[in-house]
Amino acid sequence: MQLQRARPAADFSPDTGELRLSGDWTLANAREVMRDVAAFPADIRHVDARCVGSMDSFGVLQLQRFAYDRGLKREHFHLRDEHMTLVRAILDVPPDRPASKRDYGFHAALGRLGYAMVDNWKEIVALASFLGENLVKLGRVIRHPSRLRVTSVVYHMEQVGLDAVPLVLLLTYLVGAVLAFLGANILEDFGATIFVVELVNIAFLREFAVLLTAILLAGRTASAFTAQIGAMVSREEVDAIRTLGLDPIDLLVIPRLIALLLMLPLLTFLAMIAGLLGGLTVGAFSLDIPPQAYMARMEQTIEFEDFLVGMSKAPIFALVIGLIGCLEGLQVKGTAQSVGERTTSSVVQTISLVIIIDALAAIWFMQMGW
Amino acid sequence: MEDKTPNPARGHIDDTASPDALAIRVRGLVNRFGDQLVHDHLDLDVRRGEILGIVGGSGTGKSVLMHSILGLRTPNAGEIEVLGVDARSTAPADRLAIERHTGVLFQDGALFSSLTVGENAEVPLKEHHPELCEDLRYELALLKVKLSGLPADAMDKLPSQLSGGMRKRAGLARALALDPPLLFLDEPTAGLDPIGAAAFDELILALREALGLTVFIITHDLDTLYAICDRVAVLADKKVIINAPLAEVEQCQQPWVQEYFHGPRARAAQDAATGERRMIKD
Repeated sequence: MQLQRARPAADFSPDTGELRLSGDWTLANAREVMRDVAAFPADIRHVDARCVGSMDSFGVLQLQRFAYDRGLKREHFHLRDEHMTLVRAILDVPPDRPASKRDYGFHAALGRLGYAMVDNWKEIVALASFLGENLVKLGRVIRHPSRLRVTSVVYHMEQVGLDAVPLVLLLTYLVGAVLAFLGANILEDFGATIFVVELVNIAFLREFAVLLTAILLAGRTASAFTAQIGAMVSREEVDAIRTLGLDPIDLLVIPRLIALLLMLPLLTFLAMIAGLLGGLTVGAFSLDIPPQAYMARMEQTIEFEDFLVGMSKAPIFALVIGLIGCLEGLQVKGTAQSVGERTTSSVVQTISLVIIIDALAAIWFMQMGW
Repeated sequence: MEDKTPNPARGHIDDTASPDALAIRVRGLVNRFGDQLVHDHLDLDVRRGEILGIVGGSGTGKSVLMHSILGLRTPNAGEIEVLGVDARSTAPADRLAIERHTGVLFQDGALFSSLTVGENAEVPLKEHHPELCEDLRYELALLKVKLSGLPADAMDKLPSQLSGGMRKRAGLARALALDPPLLFLDEPTAGLDPIGAAAFDELILALREALGLTVFIITHDLDTLYAICDRVAVLADKKVIINAPLAEVEQCQQPWVQEYFHGPRARAAQDAATGERRMIKD
């Protein structure tokens, strides 16, 4: 790192077997240094490095490797005193190497797969035990209503329910309209356009309203729960809660769970209405079904049972979203990165679980003939 | 990246100057955040080969000073020269010269969390010296990791698997990867236990000795100041009010300095340091 970097050079005098080094043996000259070292003649007996301008650990390392390759000893090198401190420091470093390099190969991949399987199993067990713990504590709250944190419940009802209303309405309205369009395209060929009404009714009452709402809340609420609780865990707030003799489940989880249990069915109801309205709009504007006719048809064919089937799933989804969101939050470990990982994991888990439960429920309801 | 012909005009660091030349020269530095003036025509000299401790109360702009010198923040006014290069210059050659010749240890190491310690130490080598073969790069990184006082096994560990003190050492290994003549340390001993902090101080001394470093330390740790700093610069009233060896700084009449260096903790650190020096002399 001199103003003019002096090129490293090596002079060899064959009669004395002495190699004279000069220039700068530094990282900045790495290319030249490596070339020189590779071109060193074979019969070197002494190395005189007293003319070397500056030398850094790269230069020393190169010479060290060279000496090792040629079997030269310390006493075969003549160095300037000011370079000796560095050389000594590097020679003092113990020569041990890490046991094994990080393995990126097939075996490691297999190992990671195994770990992932075990982790998944542990996750399932943790979720089941968390469900049990929460049910017990929910029961206790019902027996002693004074334990309930009313303010917290109301706050979360606003966050989870009220604030999500516009989004839920808009999205389900649009899906209702799209569904009507799709159905009409096929049904038109059979001259059965009017059956669009039944299609939208059944689809929305039984499946779409609750499923869409649950997926929306999984993205919106489960992630928020994980991030909120996770941040509290990483700042040791949850530990503080415990040391104050309070129960984090009572304080953090139960209010969120109750808020979700109350708000998800209400949001589902709104989603059903918005979806039906979407169908009605498409019927009126592009399928030539006047709203009066659409409403009349709806009134004739709508089944209360479909409504019940749809609604019965809402509390289950609410439990899934609330439990996973809070559990992942409580499992955060220390770092900010962990909060991010857990949040992702909670959204992925809730959405998958909601869809899986919905599919199982559909099969069950079909078998029961409901 | 490697320039073929030496070009003295730009981007080169002058190391041939007299030994008492300055490593860092700050003149008339002004830093302002909105209405709040942090530095008001601040001057600072850091000499080659010395260990300079920067002290000052919270909010006196120690970190802002370091960021300005490193070019991470553009000051509102003033001149900064790092190893003879204008730190405010945005010319790529100047930036590169400063980046290659400075190493920085941030407060918590600032290691890249997705890379192992070894890979962290290899990052600057990979970036600035692509001509090195993988084997050699690994060797250099391993050397720096061991010089920083970590066991060889730490090479393959992720930062999250290390303790706070080990993370700092790993950060130091990365900072030293390019053999920079100038090393910046931001609170190197904060959050370390006294034994770990003392070991870290000794490590800095040893590395200064071996690699001929100039070290710029921001610290609150009185033990560090007494144990390793050649000179101490005190930041107060938006300026460097004194930049001198400790014995002189202790005599400064400024109230904050008086309180800082004559409080009970300072006396303890002073006693410990004199004891230690006596031991080293014997």
